[in-house]
Amino acid sequence: MTSSSLDWLPPCEGGKEAVARIESDADPWSRLVALANTRLSALQTNQIDRIRARVFPHVRPGSLTTRPLRLAVLSSSTVSHLLPAIRVGALRRGIWVETYEAAFGAYHQELLDPASALYAFAPDVVLFSFDAQHLVGALPVSASWETADAFHAQTLERLRALWALVQDRFSGLVLQQTIMPVALPLVGGNEHHLAGSSHHAIARLNVALRDTARAARVALVAVDDQVVRQGLHGWYDPVWWFRAKQEIAPQAAPLYGDLVARAMAADQGLSKKCLVLDLDNTLWGGVVGDDGLGGIVLGQGSAEGEAYVNFQAYARDLSMRGIILAIVSKNDEANALAVFRDHPEMVLRREDIAVFFANWDDKAQNLRRVASALGIGLDALVFVDDNPFERELVRAELPMVAVPELPEDPALYAPLIASAGYFEALSVTAEDRARASYYRSNTERSADVAQAANLPAYLASLAMTLSWRLFDDVGLNRIVQLINKTNQFNLTTRRTTDAEARMLMDDPEVIGLQFRLVDRFGDNGMIGVIVARRSASDTLTIENWLMSCRVLGRRVEAAMLEVLVQVAIKQGIRHLIGCYRPSAKNGIVAKHYENLGFTEIAEAPDGSRYCLNLDSYVPEGGPIEIARG
Amino acid sequence: MQPDAIYPQLGEIFREVFADPSLVITPDTKSSDISGWDSGRMIELIVAAETEFGIRFTTRDVDGMAKVADFVRLIAQKTGSAP
Repeated sequence: MTSSSLDWLPPCEGGKEAVARIESDADPWSRLVALANTRLSALQTNQIDRIRARVFPHVRPGSLTTRPLRLAVLSSSTVSHLLPAIRVGALRRGIWVETYEAAFGAYHQELLDPASALYAFAPDVVLFSFDAQHLVGALPVSASWETADAFHAQTLERLRALWALVQDRFSGLVLQQTIMPVALPLVGGNEHHLAGSSHHAIARLNVALRDTARAARVALVAVDDQVVRQGLHGWYDPVWWFRAKQEIAPQAAPLYGDLVARAMAADQGLSKKCLVLDLDNTLWGGVVGDDGLGGIVLGQGSAEGEAYVNFQAYARDLSMRGIILAIVSKNDEANALAVFRDHPEMVLRREDIAVFFANWDDKAQNLRRVASALGIGLDALVFVDDNPFERELVRAELPMVAVPELPEDPALYAPLIASAGYFEALSVTAEDRARASYYRSNTERSADVAQAANLPAYLASLAMTLSWRLFDDVGLNRIVQLINKTNQFNLTTRRTTDAEARMLMDDPEVIGLQFRLVDRFGDNGMIGVIVARRSASDTLTIENWLMSCRVLGRRVEAAMLEVLVQVAIKQGIRHLIGCYRPSAKNGIVAKHYENLGFTEIAEAPDGSRYCLNLDSYVPEGGPIEIARG
Repeated sequence: MQPDAIYPQLGEIFREVFADPSLVITPDTKSSDISGWDSGRMIELIVAAETEFGIRFTTRDVDGMAKVADFVRLIAQKTGSAP
């Protein structure tokens, strides 16, 4: 995932033969669009563009449903090697684009001269592509802060003036490429202490560009953001800069072209609107129909389970910004819904999903239903499925549906979907954000956080809820894991096996409690376990009490005790006995029972015993809400 | 790699870049011999050769590339068996 290539597209099968067949095809445009939707190398991208130019030399195909575009690239250095990739990026989206490149270094004159070739071309999209040298090269290293600040303001003003000129002379979209961070640091990590640093000037301008461009209604092509995620090496190659003044390396052309095309497509409303998700091995590991609710891999307890949670969270976040979510899965609906309803680690809830198809019909059929239920086109769908067979079937049957090539590892699902730019938008409207609420009934998380000066106020601001359940199948794996892995907040360090834990579940003399903590930052997952056994008719002895150190210092243990007392009283218990068995690592809980109001009843080197009389127990009434999960 | 082994592979790259299945290269083939060998195609040739042979040409290498023999000499050097 570090390459600057089109990783989300399926490989280009039968490359050379497929390319050769285009010119004799009955519908060469559709063939070209299909080929452009494969993982083309830089070389193949240029070949496809040459074929396109041969098959459609001057006339564009007749049956386009997209708006054809005339793109002028105004640049301070060489961009001719990027134009084929821009055209192929547009082709990928079914857009016909003609390009114009202003004469080398003459963009400004052309803009000012109504008799220039630029005016004759009459662009409806203008892309400014300025190299870093052009924008910040004039800043002397010896500059004072006063000079640097003035330079910064002038540079932004220069850009603003160019944008205004274009907006005045031509109608249509203005795109500004952000600045490639190619300048080397002179100070180091604290480069921002040097007023005349080009490196810092670029960083600073790129930040300022965001606000300036938004105010001017100019869209950015954020190459700096790509560099952050993929590394400068894939994007900038000094050899090509010195040889041909190509600041964007030829190898990065396919991705660069796709970025420009995304923006042009977004401008004509061609970005995707709905993320359609498979379930088994896409939102969780395993097959719920076979493995059961407790057998699927999801959530804390395994790296893979966390990866699925991460992907779900990414989908949820997309929905919060206006992307519609849908489910298309081969499953019994009852099984599928049960996971959404009952699995405690699910991030996505049924309310987050606009349309839900879990049945045994083929997926193309279900995707048609999704589009029609939502009243959007099939070309507005992205279909995510781990199964290569289903992916191929949908690609063959519904070529207008975007079907990303998923990596094997669920940890890479979200980064891949993000890199594909399916949902590119040039701005975010209030309506976008409201869209999610049409489909969801759960309330938005509160956005701003009060800065709390003292601990109780801080804890209160966390809006914590401790939810508890008796031991059950779904939680069993994590319970066993917590019992066996927790060393510090662990009163007895008594370990267990799967089978033993399962026996505890069925033992009427045992109360097994599992706890989860949710706060305004999210779900902390299962963070605590108590196992207590009736040792006399009205006495309960706590055999295990442990808690994840992630939630230390929040009075979670007091809330756990409150739950235990509630459950115990219902069973006629009047005394709780707790033991502390010292180990090499559990010193932090030496005073645990005393802090909770227990009285020491026996002291021994291998452990002390404490008792709490429930008749006189008063709940602490701390900052945590308690809920039965 | 030995030059003898490089020629067939490099020939394939040339045929692909120029989309001409009948193209044959010799050590003396230079840009004026192939129609369409402009600076844009030169970039494609270099990028394709770097990818195909798993090497990197330096700035100096690129400056000195004029004919096929230059490609072959540099590829042989960089793949570790220069004559």
